[in-house]
Amino acid sequence: MIMEVTIDRELCIGCAICVQQCPQGYELDDELKAVVISTRAPGIMDTEEACPVGAIAITGKDTPVGVSHFQAKPVGLGFSREPEEIPVLEKLEPVVRVDESSDVWVFAEQREGKLAKVPLQLMGRARDLANEGKQKVVAVLIGNNVKNLAKELIGYQADTVYVADDERLEHYQTVPYTTIISQLIKKHKPNIFLYGATFIGRDLAPRIAQRVKTGLTADCTKLTIEEDTGLLDQTRPAFGGNIMATIQTPDHRPQMATVRPGIMKVKTFDPDRSGEIIQISPDLRRDDLIAKIIEVAKDSRTKVNLEEAKIIISGGRGVGSKEGFGILEELAELLGAEVGGSRVAVESGYIEQDHQVGQTGKTVAPELYIACGISGSIQHRAGMSTSKIIVAINKDPDAQILTVSDYAIVGDLHEVVPLMTRELKKRGLGGLEEDISWFPKLEYWWRNRVWTVTIGGRRWWRGVCAMLGSRSYIPGSTRLRSV
Amino acid sequence: MDFRLNDEQEMIRSAVRELALNDIEPIAKEIDAESRHPAETIKKLAEMGIMGMMVSEEYGGSGSDAISYAIAVEEISRVCGSTGIIVSVNNSLACYPIEKFGTDDQKNKFLTPLASGAKLGAFGLTEPSAGTDAGSQRTVAQKEDGHYIINGSKIFITNGPVADTLVIFAMTDKSAGMRGITAFIIEKGMPGFSIGTEEDKLGIRGSQTGELVFQNLIVPEENRLWDEGRGFSIAMQTLDCGRIGVAAQALGIAQGALDRSVQYAKERVQFGKPIGKFQAISFMLADMETRVQAARYLVYSAAFAKDNQKKYSKEAAMAKLYAAETAMDITTKAIQIHGGYGYTKDYPVERYFRDAKITEIYEGTSEVMKMVISRALGL
Amino acid sequence: MSIDRNKGENMNIIVCMKQVPDTTDVKIDPKTGTLIREGVPSIVNPDDKHAIEESLRLKEKFGGTVTVVSMGPPQAIDALKEVYAMGVDDTILLSDRAFAGADTWATSYTLGMGIKALGEYDLIFCGLQAIDGDTAQIGPQLAEFLDIPQVTYVKKVNIEGNELTVVRALEDGHMTVKVPMPALLTAVKELNRPRYPTMGGIIKAYREHETKVWSASDIEAEPANIGLEGSPTQVKRTFAPEPRGKVEIIEGDSAAEMVSGLVDKLKEKNVVR
Repeated sequence: MIMEVTIDRELCIGCAICVQQCPQGYELDDELKAVVISTRAPGIMDTEEACPVGAIAITGKDTPVGVSHFQAKPVGLGFSREPEEIPVLEKLEPVVRVDESSDVWVFAEQREGKLAKVPLQLMGRARDLANEGKQKVVAVLIGNNVKNLAKELIGYQADTVYVADDERLEHYQTVPYTTIISQLIKKHKPNIFLYGATFIGRDLAPRIAQRVKTGLTADCTKLTIEEDTGLLDQTRPAFGGNIMATIQTPDHRPQMATVRPGIMKVKTFDPDRSGEIIQISPDLRRDDLIAKIIEVAKDSRTKVNLEEAKIIISGGRGVGSKEGFGILEELAELLGAEVGGSRVAVESGYIEQDHQVGQTGKTVAPELYIACGISGSIQHRAGMSTSKIIVAINKDPDAQILTVSDYAIVGDLHEVVPLMTRELKKRGLGGLEEDISWFPKLEYWWRNRVWTVTIGGRRWWRGVCAMLGSRSYIPGSTRLRSV
Repeated sequence: MDFRLNDEQEMIRSAVRELALNDIEPIAKEIDAESRHPAETIKKLAEMGIMGMMVSEEYGGSGSDAISYAIAVEEISRVCGSTGIIVSVNNSLACYPIEKFGTDDQKNKFLTPLASGAKLGAFGLTEPSAGTDAGSQRTVAQKEDGHYIINGSKIFITNGPVADTLVIFAMTDKSAGMRGITAFIIEKGMPGFSIGTEEDKLGIRGSQTGELVFQNLIVPEENRLWDEGRGFSIAMQTLDCGRIGVAAQALGIAQGALDRSVQYAKERVQFGKPIGKFQAISFMLADMETRVQAARYLVYSAAFAKDNQKKYSKEAAMAKLYAAETAMDITTKAIQIHGGYGYTKDYPVERYFRDAKITEIYEGTSEVMKMVISRALGL
Repeated sequence: MSIDRNKGENMNIIVCMKQVPDTTDVKIDPKTGTLIREGVPSIVNPDDKHAIEESLRLKEKFGGTVTVVSMGPPQAIDALKEVYAMGVDDTILLSDRAFAGADTWATSYTLGMGIKALGEYDLIFCGLQAIDGDTAQIGPQLAEFLDIPQVTYVKKVNIEGNELTVVRALEDGHMTVKVPMPALLTAVKELNRPRYPTMGGIIKAYREHETKVWSASDIEAEPANIGLEGSPTQVKRTFAPEPRGKVEIIEGDSAAEMVSGLVDKLKEKNVVR
């Protein structure tokens, strides 16, 4: 456990003795209660005893404080650091030795108090990796009021969850997150540490890798353990997906990787799993919090959910125009699918950027991907080639897209796509959305002032009244009557 | 002998190509259909220093060699022949004569804005009765204390309707024939200068072509380019330079049509295979590639001669003659390869075809080129 | 580095740039499954161009200099010439055989040492990621090495006094962050539209400008921290992505017949129902 200074706000009388004794460690807040600024401040150890009402509790005193910044060079951040107070990390030296490392750790990314999907996927994989070496799965959860998520993480395979809950951590910030995780790494020496390759994971993981001097492999699509050595084989696409590379971190720990979202499989949630939840008090200095978040906003445009779509109909150069996407949209609507586009289609203005599939757009893996008039540049293929079934509709029988396709029609998409919509309609076929039309739907039918039930697309009444125990129940009528 | 471009020229090609693909090609069809002057692209070309490529830095130009200039016009014309000629006229027919024959004051006043692209230039030589026979000018400039009064008109003037600064020619001494022609720099908005009919053309429809009308146009003496009677010499030297530009334009049009044809031949499937796999098409494309490459060497060698201060009238004429005929040939075949689709506006090759024809006509017809070449042979 | 300099008025900006193969043109040898690098043009990494453009705009607004630093083989000079032609003030190439084989850790170290050798700076700009590696790791790792704050995925920048106000993209929105300088930012393509190199700039780049080339000893880099030696990660192997089974071309005399055949197949695979 990392050193923790807690103040019981019920007991604190705002006498400021602690502030006097340790001005770098405490200050009084708006309510005139003491708050901790830094647990590393000189003299802080004595404040527990000095507090006249016993509001200060310090735990984990014997534990050396974790990793810190490099101290070699003062930088003009506006704060002078106190090198003597901070244990100096030997510059550019690894902090974890290979032989002392164990366990598979996962960064449990959350936003606004909700877990992202990717850590659950990572823990699914972490479980398999951990089992091979009889190791634990450990999650690190950072945020404000996020304690409740820890149990969820346990249900999704975590054995231990470290929770840093602090109002200063409301929004993601690179440096404090780096500090907290680096401290944990130094103390607990993980063998493997996985992060989602998200906008946050890709910002955070490299900073940590540099601080604890270890390797980091970006955007992995496959993680396995090498049999002889027990090393983590981290496989990722490079050169825009032209080539796959398997990368190892032989002599440094933890072996760190960011992992592409949507690739690893989530294990079924088990509400009965047990695990330990350990709260840590983040040991942050003011200059860790030098960046100030002014605003966090969601973009209001209608969300295109390509990553979660079961079917995607995508168009490329061959679609030829913005209007040309109309026939794709029709087919998509019939199949309950999303519409995607190649880079060319996006850059030519046929479709908006957030529909882009490929290396520079979204990576998707739907059950069915229909590529219409897409030549299949390597960038595009990199973003969709893990789809389960790929269909290409293209005039060019030599188009690159065919190399990743299961089925192809060599022909003009402007002819083929509308025919396909017609053919599916004719056969009464649709997409993969759960068909819930069989589920009875109860409605009050105003025109006839009766309760009705709709089953399989047909509406019935009469018997419904019986089900509802209504007074209009007509004895002897046992059959529902169609209306 | 070294057939390679140097690194500087290669980078100029890739920079212009990037601009051409990103900014010019997307609107090429539209400016053709609407006969619209592409002011927004000209602004971008100006920012890149393409409107005054060979002009020295002192006067707001880029200080490039003629090969780089030819490459730039080629790359632009590869996606849009109209934009190619707008650039060529400004560079070769407006900037060039002012830099070569102008005084320092004239250069400061007129050349700098033209070279930086702040203003657009044009060149007024052709008259209804003085086309190939440029010597029989009817426009007259009469000298009267410190200024000239010009009367007459010019036709088929590329950029004319949108130009700010124009180099024009008029007779100052009718009795002296060709030696009585004098060049002047005039500006849009001068009293007595107006634009007449604007032409509705077969091709290069994005470039504006029109009539210049002079009715008692008063031009100060300091706007006279070089001495009285030197106009014909200025015109001929200017047109030599212009021919490199037009030849590069023709080359670009040919290359663009060839690119489209190769792509189409790979994609279009008939009888179960791409048409490029049929010898009738593949051999046609082989001939086209060879011809375009031959034209390219002629164009670059004319530019090379100019860069090395050699006489290049004959080289420029041969380059223009051959490149123009190549453009016509390649674009005709490009439509043939595209079949019925090529004849429609769904594919750009019909535009290339229409744009190609003018290169055999303006800045000296193919027949004039043959006159220049045969004279150089002493005939 | 002094903190009381009036930063807003004279900015020293350093941009890290990488020369990359144009992966849009990369082809794979179908027999060996290896990359055909021959004839693949090298370009300035696209994200880095956005970083350069933004730096040039800041310079135009506040005055100062833009210096571009690159690590790479001697051929990378071409890319530096190109960015010089866009209007940057100086270019530096960190080039040494000993740098070869560097992973992102060692690369960040090397760039960091090069930047330290350059002296003072207010802002370091990187592209988000390079198209050959797509790691997006250099920015954050370099910021950590230099011990300055970072903001990645930057799509908008404003400066007031000594403070940057930066809009950072998130998957489904954005975040506005204030950080004091010096800081490191990584650019995404929404940030701006890069200018083209100018003709005059290209000519000057080749006829006048000389890129400074610095070796490992010039930047006082520790041999243990550079190149393969200094890289915690190692490439175990590279291989071509697994090809799918051969594509089945649906035949038919008419488009309708082909479509019908395709729907049969999709039904069989239970992806339409």
